[in-house]
Amino acid sequence: MQYLLLIYGNEEAVGKMTKAEVDGILQEYGEFTKSIAQSGHYRGGNELADTSTATTVKVRDKKRLVTDGPFAETKEQLGGYYLVEAKDLDEAIALAARIPSARWGSIEVRPIVPHDMP
Amino acid sequence: MYASPATLCAGSRMEPSVERIYREESGRILATLIRLIGSFDLAEEVMQEAFTTALEQWPKQGIPDNPRAWLVATAHHKAVDLLRRRTRFDSKRDELQRLAQLEQELSEAEQDVMRHDATSALSDDRLRLVFTCCHPALLLEAQVALTLRTLCGLTTEEIASAFLLPLSTMAQRLVRAKHKIRDAQIPYRVPPAQELGARLEAVLLVVYLVFNEGYSASSGDTAIRRELCAEAIRVGRLVCELLPAQEEARALLALMLLHDSRRATRVDSEGEVVLLEDQDRSQWDREEIREGLALVGSALRGGAAGTYALQAAIAAVHAQAERAQATDWKQIVGLYEALLRVQPSPVVELNHAAAVAMAHGPAEGLRLLDRLEGKADLREYYLLPAARGDLLRRMQQWNEAALAYRRALALAKNEATRSFLSRRLAEMEARALGS
Repeated sequence: MQYLLLIYGNEEAVGKMTKAEVDGILQEYGEFTKSIAQSGHYRGGNELADTSTATTVKVRDKKRLVTDGPFAETKEQLGGYYLVEAKDLDEAIALAARIPSARWGSIEVRPIVPHDMP
Repeated sequence: MYASPATLCAGSRMEPSVERIYREESGRILATLIRLIGSFDLAEEVMQEAFTTALEQWPKQGIPDNPRAWLVATAHHKAVDLLRRRTRFDSKRDELQRLAQLEQELSEAEQDVMRHDATSALSDDRLRLVFTCCHPALLLEAQVALTLRTLCGLTTEEIASAFLLPLSTMAQRLVRAKHKIRDAQIPYRVPPAQELGARLEAVLLVVYLVFNEGYSASSGDTAIRRELCAEAIRVGRLVCELLPAQEEARALLALMLLHDSRRATRVDSEGEVVLLEDQDRSQWDREEIREGLALVGSALRGGAAGTYALQAAIAAVHAQAERAQATDWKQIVGLYEALLRVQPSPVVELNHAAAVAMAHGPAEGLRLLDRLEGKADLREYYLLPAARGDLLRRMQQWNEAALAYRRALALAKNEATRSFLSRRLAEMEARALGS
């Protein structure tokens, strides 16, 4: 079974970190990614650019509406994700708990709904 | 929702035995079926069908030697039949796979059930069910409801009425929880050793909440409240049996038994609250006290020092006092101090102050209560002015006591409590006039 581990954190706080702090976190992430790749759980994952770079697209009455944002008013923003293979929720939770951001932000664990390709 | 065997077999002479087997065994049977079938909903459905078949067959053919094994096997067959019928119309690949697997497991499982009976594999099923129902990925309220529904076999109606909620709300809560177990794949297992401690804490909390809901004097159907306490004790006992090394679980069972022993004396014939010091101790349940004291003793010797152990120890001191005047209040003060270190809360501070008043005089208690005034979490809590009123009453300061009881009355919502406070207020006003 696959789960998406959504990583939420405070962008502003990350923005205020020193380079050494950011490097430390990046290194931790690198080690974590490597270890879940070796254990066979890793199926994909990426860091996302800040919400300030986000664009929202909607189509209404065949008309395309493009807007800047969203600029979430919540304290935590989606900053990245992992797609993992886990045998059950407990295993997915255990993986989520090892993501460095779990210690200051939060990780949302969402099961993937499988669909057969046409 | 379905009818319980009690209604299915109303009027029949089979009623007592099937009803008893349902009460005692349905949690176990369901736990095994969930493991075998892999679905809460299907397991519930076929268990009900198996009980219905039992009601038809047993009066004619007699009760089987091993009713539980018979029910598990019958339900299991029904599950396979049902899946076979469904897959004929809807031949999804995974359904077919599941069916093939089920059929293969069926004969093994039946032999297994016949062979083991009360031994490990089946006991483990109930433990699996407890841990799955009390999984932290489920909302706490849903954990409580699901435990009562599956492990204890209460109907959705009974659970809704126990928590004073509309039936539809409770039904939705259960459906949502079962769907989450299925869709997020919450495992059906006893957690591994390194997670057991934290997960057991969640189980104990659910048991504690169920007991408190049944024990608290708030409104609601008395019969269902009694049932909640009985079920909490039953699950607590089960956890202690299956995980004998867990001292906190034993402490919680002790706590529940020692509180439950006072049940008959907590409310008088008019439904009025009777305070601990005024209860008729000769009516306390000696058997529960004996068992509770033994359990709390062994839990404490085993190193339990958490909140259940300390609360159980406090209940034990009360249980050991033959008269209210003989209560060892100094020991209770010490236990509350320990409890404040483990789990500091305004309510514990309030109880601590009340114990200090009993041990060292009401003036000492009042001094502690003064420190609690103005705490945000206690501002709406009637027990603070009620406790103040009680201490002032003991100091014979009738006017001040009346004032405190009036404030308590303005905050209290529960009928039995309000009636008690009104009586105390009237008594204070009469004394104030007389002095």
